[in-house]
Amino acid sequence: MKLLTCPMNGPRNIDEFQSFGPVRARPDPNATADREWSRHLFRAENRKGIVVEWWRHVPSNYFFLAERDLVSNEIIRTFDASELRDHA
Amino acid sequence: MPLRLLKYGLSRDYPVSGDVPATPELKPAYDVVIIGGGGHGLSCAHHLAKYHGIKSVAVLEKFYLAGGNTARNTTTIRSNYITPEGIAFYKEGVALFERLSQELDFNVMFSQRGQLTLAHSEATMRSFHMRAEMGKHMGTRTEVVDQKGVEELCPLLNMDYGGPLEILGGLWHADGGTARHDAVAWGYAAQASRRGVEIHQRTEVQGFEVVGDRVQAVKTNRGRVACGQVLIATGGMNYDVALMAGVELPIRCYPLQAMVTQPLKPWLHTLVSSVSLHTYLVQSSRGEVVIGGGSDPYQLYSTRSTLDMKEHLAEGAVHLFPFLQGVRLLRQWAGITDMTPDYSPIMGASPLANLWLDCGWGTWGFKATPVAGKRMAQTIAEGRVPDILKPFALERFETFRLLNEMGATAASH
Repeated sequence: MKLLTCPMNGPRNIDEFQSFGPVRARPDPNATADREWSRHLFRAENRKGIVVEWWRHVPSNYFFLAERDLVSNEIIRTFDASELRDHA
Repeated sequence: MPLRLLKYGLSRDYPVSGDVPATPELKPAYDVVIIGGGGHGLSCAHHLAKYHGIKSVAVLEKFYLAGGNTARNTTTIRSNYITPEGIAFYKEGVALFERLSQELDFNVMFSQRGQLTLAHSEATMRSFHMRAEMGKHMGTRTEVVDQKGVEELCPLLNMDYGGPLEILGGLWHADGGTARHDAVAWGYAAQASRRGVEIHQRTEVQGFEVVGDRVQAVKTNRGRVACGQVLIATGGMNYDVALMAGVELPIRCYPLQAMVTQPLKPWLHTLVSSVSLHTYLVQSSRGEVVIGGGSDPYQLYSTRSTLDMKEHLAEGAVHLFPFLQGVRLLRQWAGITDMTPDYSPIMGASPLANLWLDCGWGTWGFKATPVAGKRMAQTIAEGRVPDILKPFALERFETFRLLNEMGATAASH
């Protein structure tokens, strides 16, 4: 069993969580050409290294962020989405 | 024959000949460099040498031959897809498998025993009708069968567990089959090397020398190799390798896990899969029941296995065949799948003029080993993409002409 530490619910079995993939910058719908839209839709981060991802704790329907290593599968840290907004 | 055997036995110097020669010295240049010594790359090398007369070919393999996804897949061969473009391509793939043992003079143990996909809901039955009609239209043997038909095809199936997973019917694909994955790769490797193709094992590509819109050379751990044309066919590493050439593919990597049971007497005479249970089973010629295919629910570059996923596969298998409950597992493993957004491969041109792609094979690559190699060889030899491959172009994502085959797979993604 792999544990993921939810910022709200503490350490839980990773089976209780759903991955929503790497965080992507949201394009401006009024100033984005088709090419950039397709990029936004179809090209998620997949480099070997650390990604910031959206996760959901399914029973509590709480969305948050996690930094995870795509090679070692180490979860480096998890944090509330407000932190991302503060840094944006 | 007995005399020859006796002479061979008494001979002091045995005429030892392996199927694949030892890795030679790397030359400074080749007409074609194929990155990836798996089934696809070797198939392409074979077709280049045999049908296009291109023999200055080097296949570069980071590790050992066919040890990646060629060794890790669950050897399903079929063409019961949804899109006409997909069916046309995979149909040619099945046809090539039908005569592959003769083509390679190597027994690939192709067994066209048919594939039965099960429906546990009306929604799945509707999608089966669509696939069957499309399959018939494209000239493949695909039909919808009712519960009675399922029982006749696979009498040992547990039809009703009294819950939402009752079997309502199935999609019967008489063209479906299985083959020995190692034999496919080794057969291609033997044929290709006999015609002069060099196979370089333990040769890792570490970068590309790109000048303008061309790859001048490939940088490896054994030195620099100048190249006329380059093919990327590295399975789970496709994203990574393409990125070294500055090409960013719409690929995300997920591990796919599978396992086999101890050998049993022959009892499972078709390939059986269930879309709802995300489980498929095939009995190998050794009697082992191969059970796949659980995709991990999040991205990862790892071939580790997890107990969760093996439990999930075991649960699906025992649902379908409850008498498997006491059977032991013999081996379990995982491969890294390079998943595309539409569950179709990316074949053809890249943004670089002499760099070709045979990528995005996700969980569906083995069945296309002969046809992808044949068509990519044609592409490289002629310098243009044949019509059958055009729908699989990388540009389809930019033009929003996706080939959605998500519904035509039983792996759990």
